[in-house]
Amino acid sequence: MKIFKGQKGWAIFLLLFSLVVPFLFTSPFSRHILILIILYSILGEAWSILGGYAGLLSFGQAAFFGIGAYTSTLMLLNWGVSPWIGMVVGGFLAILVAICLAYPCAKLQGHYFAIASLAFAESLKIIFLNWKFVGGARGLDPPIVPTSFWYLEFHETKLPYYYIILGMFFCVTFIMHKLNRSRLGFYLRALRESNDAAESLGVRTRNCKVIATGISGFITAIAGTFYAQYILYIDPPSVMHLRLSIEIVLMTMFGGVGTIIGPVIGASFLITLSEVFRVALGGAGRGMDLMIYGILIMIISTLRPEGIWGFIAKKGKVWSLS
Amino acid sequence: MIISGLMIGCVFSLIAIGLTIIWGVMNIINFAHGEFLMIGMFISFLFATYWGIDPLFSLPVVAIILFFLGLITYRVLIKKVLKGPVLAQLVVTFGLSIFLVHLAVFLWTADYKMIQNPIATGKISISGIFISIPELVASIGSLIISAVVYWFIKKTKTGMAIEAISMDKDAAALMGINTDRLYALSFAVGIMCVGVAGGLLSNFYYIFPEVGFFFGVIAFATVALGGFGSIEGAMIAGILVGLAEILGGFFLAPAYKYAVVFAIYIGVVLIKPTGLKGW
Repeated sequence: MKIFKGQKGWAIFLLLFSLVVPFLFTSPFSRHILILIILYSILGEAWSILGGYAGLLSFGQAAFFGIGAYTSTLMLLNWGVSPWIGMVVGGFLAILVAICLAYPCAKLQGHYFAIASLAFAESLKIIFLNWKFVGGARGLDPPIVPTSFWYLEFHETKLPYYYIILGMFFCVTFIMHKLNRSRLGFYLRALRESNDAAESLGVRTRNCKVIATGISGFITAIAGTFYAQYILYIDPPSVMHLRLSIEIVLMTMFGGVGTIIGPVIGASFLITLSEVFRVALGGAGRGMDLMIYGILIMIISTLRPEGIWGFIAKKGKVWSLS
Repeated sequence: MIISGLMIGCVFSLIAIGLTIIWGVMNIINFAHGEFLMIGMFISFLFATYWGIDPLFSLPVVAIILFFLGLITYRVLIKKVLKGPVLAQLVVTFGLSIFLVHLAVFLWTADYKMIQNPIATGKISISGIFISIPELVASIGSLIISAVVYWFIKKTKTGMAIEAISMDKDAAALMGINTDRLYALSFAVGIMCVGVAGGLLSNFYYIFPEVGFFFGVIAFATVALGGFGSIEGAMIAGILVGLAEILGGFFLAPAYKYAVVFAIYIGVVLIKPTGLKGW
């Protein structure tokens, strides 16, 4: 991951580009797409801490996302606490949940971890669907207050949302970059290659996996809070659905697993595709847009199974993993 | 009540067997599995509505159609990604599942449907226990198909070749087994199993495009519970899941019954990380 080494020019270019891009596309719809792209990029980065580094294929990211969204919204609704505080609390709750998930499941390999995380997230969704305190199946809507940074609500323009999520994205990228060079990063890659070998060399694999899940859960939960404040409505099917978990995986691998830029590319492509089709064909009704979305996913994965970025990287040999 | 759990468990077993064959042989997580169940249900529904053929009699046709759908899917999609990375294989079936769900919405709208006046209906009472006939028929049908598939995999030459592939693909290929042909066959058989389960379920279950999603998720948990690639495991786990669902729904609240299923799964893999019968 040489994004900052030898590729400084590119990194600075991308940074500047991301800062000015909302002024190139000024319509609310295109800004909405930009916000979703960055949001999903963050989710993808969080997933790749688990899937790309530790080799734990998580299909339960929606659980963390939902915890983040619900914690801040509930705190805001019941006690009027700022979503910024709710965000941090939600993040730490997600860490707790991540420990509950990862500690017992650390010895599960490959598919078994995937299904365990899936089952975990689905159970959580069922509980939330039937829990009166969190609004059950009706969901929750955060109170609408006048535009304020403190309450993370902006009604006139989407621009502040964009810069907030972009700021979060830079933080996450920085964390990923640090993690990549840290002892933990090396441990995780070692145990991805071979759990037993890593363990025999004295890596405490279980602790590493728990920490990785915790970091991933924290980031995902923060993104969940942002989503709740951005959409201003949450219910279990929208923030805890299995489809969300799968889409996160999809976007990450679409852009190429194990690179910082991968999730961004995957999210840019798939979000734009699905949103444009939704608007262009959703009105025609009867799921036409999603049909075409499905077909495109199939075409791309059969023709370019290594992912878009993997394909480019193979051609250019740039920014490949370490 | 326990009998009802056992009966629905048999259907879960059949769905899970279909998934586990595909999973074990090709190492592909078929996210579109539940959607093929949905297709099976819709084909039964169409036969019943337009030609007045009862789901029980259209079952062989459903099986054949689904078998060929499986073959086509394998040829067009799965074969292309088999050599690619694991994640491409996930994505392709996920794309397929989105496509199939919305194709169904497009063709038949998202409304809930039920088959009118199926032959198998009503209840019988055996020494004071009421048993719903459609469920009984579905469980017996599932058991028969499961037994046939089990026999096919364990006793016939082709089946043993399939099992050999699931144990070691390269060794099997070296022994002169035509892996490509058998991949196609096992994928088609897997899809056929789930399609038949759909046909049987259509007797008493609501039919709607999203129905497969839920059965698919349960099937993942069932297969993992039984151990990937193990047919016996899938059978046992399917029945366990059926029981857990009914008992969980009775002792807790019906709304939580699937949470109980998932909790049992997590509980089992904590003790035995490879499922009940996995290797």
